Amino acid sequence: MAEALQQQQQQLEEDEEQPQQQPQQQSSTEETPEPDDGAKENIKTTLSRSLLSMRSMSCVESEDDSPNMIVYRKIEDIVTCIQDETEGVPIRTVKSFMTKIPSVVTGTDIVQWLMKNLSIEDPVEAMHIGTLIAAQGYFFPISDHVLSLKDDGAFYRFQAPYFWPSNCWEPENTDYAIYLCKRTMQNKTRLELADYEAENLARLQRAFARKWEFIYMQAEAQVKIDRKKDKTERKILDSQERAFWDVHRPVPGCVNTTEMDIRKCRRMKNPHRVKKSVYGLVEEGTQSQSPTHTPSHLCRKGTKEDVEKEILFLNTQLDRHCLKMSKVAESLISYTEQYMEYDPFITAPEPSNPWTSDDPSLWDLENSIREPSQQRVKKWGFSLEEALKDPVGQDLFLKFLESEFSSENLRFWLAVQDLKRIPQQEVAQRAQDIWAEFLAEGAPSSINLDSHSYERTSQNLKDPGRYSYEDAQDHIYKLMKSDSYTRFLRSNVYQDLLMAKKKQFETEQGRRTSLEKFTRSVGKSLTGKRLTGLMQSS
Amino acid sequence: MGEMEQLRKEADNLKDQITAARKAMQDTTLQEAAASINVVGRVQLKTRKTLRGHLAKIYAMHWSTDSKLCVSASQDGKLIVWDSITTNKVNAIPLKSSWVMTCAYAPSGNLVACGGLDNMCSIYNLKGKDGNVKVMRELAAHTGYLSCCRFLSDSEIITSSGDCTCVLWDIETGTQKTIFAGHQGDCMSLAVSPDFKFFISGACDFTAKLWDIREGTCRQTFGGHENLSRINYILDLCKLYDLRADQELITYQDSSIMCGVTSLAPSLSGRLLLAGYDDFNVNIWDTLKAERVGVLAGHDNRVSCIGVSSDGMACCTGSWDSFLKIWN
Repeated sequence: MAEALQQQQQQLEEDEEQPQQQPQQQSSTEETPEPDDGAKENIKTTLSRSLLSMRSMSCVESEDDSPNMIVYRKIEDIVTCIQDETEGVPIRTVKSFMTKIPSVVTGTDIVQWLMKNLSIEDPVEAMHIGTLIAAQGYFFPISDHVLSLKDDGAFYRFQAPYFWPSNCWEPENTDYAIYLCKRTMQNKTRLELADYEAENLARLQRAFARKWEFIYMQAEAQVKIDRKKDKTERKILDSQERAFWDVHRPVPGCVNTTEMDIRKCRRMKNPHRVKKSVYGLVEEGTQSQSPTHTPSHLCRKGTKEDVEKEILFLNTQLDRHCLKMSKVAESLISYTEQYMEYDPFITAPEPSNPWTSDDPSLWDLENSIREPSQQRVKKWGFSLEEALKDPVGQDLFLKFLESEFSSENLRFWLAVQDLKRIPQQEVAQRAQDIWAEFLAEGAPSSINLDSHSYERTSQNLKDPGRYSYEDAQDHIYKLMKSDSYTRFLRSNVYQDLLMAKKKQFETEQGRRTSLEKFTRSVGKSLTGKRLTGLMQSS
Repeated sequence: MGEMEQLRKEADNLKDQITAARKAMQDTTLQEAAASINVVGRVQLKTRKTLRGHLAKIYAMHWSTDSKLCVSASQDGKLIVWDSITTNKVNAIPLKSSWVMTCAYAPSGNLVACGGLDNMCSIYNLKGKDGNVKVMRELAAHTGYLSCCRFLSDSEIITSSGDCTCVLWDIETGTQKTIFAGHQGDCMSLAVSPDFKFFISGACDFTAKLWDIREGTCRQTFGGHENLSRINYILDLCKLYDLRADQELITYQDSSIMCGVTSLAPSLSGRLLLAGYDDFNVNIWDTLKAERVGVLAGHDNRVSCIGVSSDGMACCTGSWDSFLKIWN
């Protein structure tokens, strides 16, 4: 339902290339009727069908796919539809006191139209979108400099396409000065400068002191041109011009929607398309550009070598063994299910979330080594990775391995992890130390490595680096995972900790064995699926 | 047909085959598979703290691994380390260049890094002997802006740049250890895997690439070639890709959202995806069902960065309104 218009908008752009998709899109619209309001549904599908069959009505070139233009295109399609004579809002002339207010529509009308045609249920959301569109400069309240949309009887007017942001306006301060100057020459109260505008004008007069005569003359010329226009037309144009400046020189405190992320500026492809003056002034002198506006260097075009490399890469990709969606989905689902009770945004942590209650006892509990919570101990059972991630879990696992006389495996793994983090100049020495401790003939903590890995590793050590032990480490990790870790989970050391807290909450579990209890509790949260295997398949 | 033409045809042919092969693997969709899962329900997070102090747009933030401290970078030319619980500023570091685009906290908590239009990654030592925070290294070699950086340890850092490459640096010597080249557009961001063996980079060529840090090679590429006829740069949606399926799993979009996504962060379980948008809000998505389950509204300008702490307890948003907010 909510996706319908989005799909249709996308459809507008894809229309040329993939006509065969159209029937699918249309049927999906028809398959989701709103049961309550049959009449409403008819209007909506009529509008959506006409949107489908028309090309994009926006003024933006269809080839322009820079991020801002894409958004403008979407907005302009909506703005064009909303002004449609039959399907749009009622734009009319309103009689007020002794005057007429031409070409206006109420805020409520706009909000209602947005709700109906964009499938929005909440009027607050409609106002939010309307405000965003107004802030970009596509329509405006006639009696306010602040560009927002409210669900009320206040009047709004649509902006002239000449002033649309898609024309890449970047008006200079000279233009703004001309505009403010022009306003002071007109004697209508409704055109008096607001306080911030008067301040701006004063500042510009100081800045442009030397060329003020020129600016004044330009302002006079503009006033002359304006006087020639029809009275009603002038009312409309004046308000549109004011709205244009509300976008480019917003009221202090309002967001300036023309501000661009500096990364976007760096990638601007067509700096020459930028228009600098609404009054047709040609720039004089050199343009001073901020560092953000110089176009970024162009990427080199693909060479034959590039395409050959790409082919190689694509062949590898084609040969890659991939998992089916169902498997991947299953694994993702079970992972999130398993961890949801540990996600503070979903399950409230015990005893309380320190952020909400201002009570740090949860953090104190976590830091105390003496009593890890049952929930925390349970997590060590999810995977070896989890057990090792938690310093308390790692410690317990190490102690268990010591009891089995196989702690050298974990100590080797930890030493190699450390090797990857130390400064470069210490690497060579540390690599040798590890060899001496764990792998050399007669080493004090000799680990059990297969001959292949042993050979590879000793070769690597001829030029020791951070990754000299990668193969060996992987091998030892797999060994620990399949062998020691599973025994650890069944061990008394682990089970006692897991059960220690449970005794407080148990009612009459009685004679069930601890292993059964453990698997039951694990089974409950894992919905009975064999997760650990799936999780560790990557 | 020229040789170039032939090669391009071969490449396109392979892309078609890959698309067909991926389609054959689509025996279900994530949404269908998740249909029987309980809905996660409305998620309502509130602002618990507001970090005030920056004087201009905030471009980036990053949590420390202790889940309490965080660092933020702003166009006012400052890097601020905050104690998010007390809202105190632990360090306020003045930068040489105010055009900063990214910042990072080392896992050890000893170092922070930042960079931007100066094309450099500057490393600062927070635990210097005399208590002053000074520049420790300036990693200079990129020929484009620094869009993102992430520490592997106190010895190594990975950067992504507008010059279309990512680089692994040795901090001590200030040299480039590995250059990851292959993107055809500005690299905009990167994320390192939890085991520090891989990282993913996103770029303006509409693709994301998975790199093997040790080998220096690109293992997988996502996006880009899926749209054969014309590349649609669709701004207002997020896509989830799976490495093992080597394709897109699901798309998060809504017709009532019309602006771009600026930043993403998953919750601890991965069930929620928090995304910051140009319309000043953060939308919370149910990752499995692709439904919006919450909105964080409170900023007065675009949300430029977002991060969830490693214990999953708090989400931090940074905005062009110069404030950071902590939510949960």
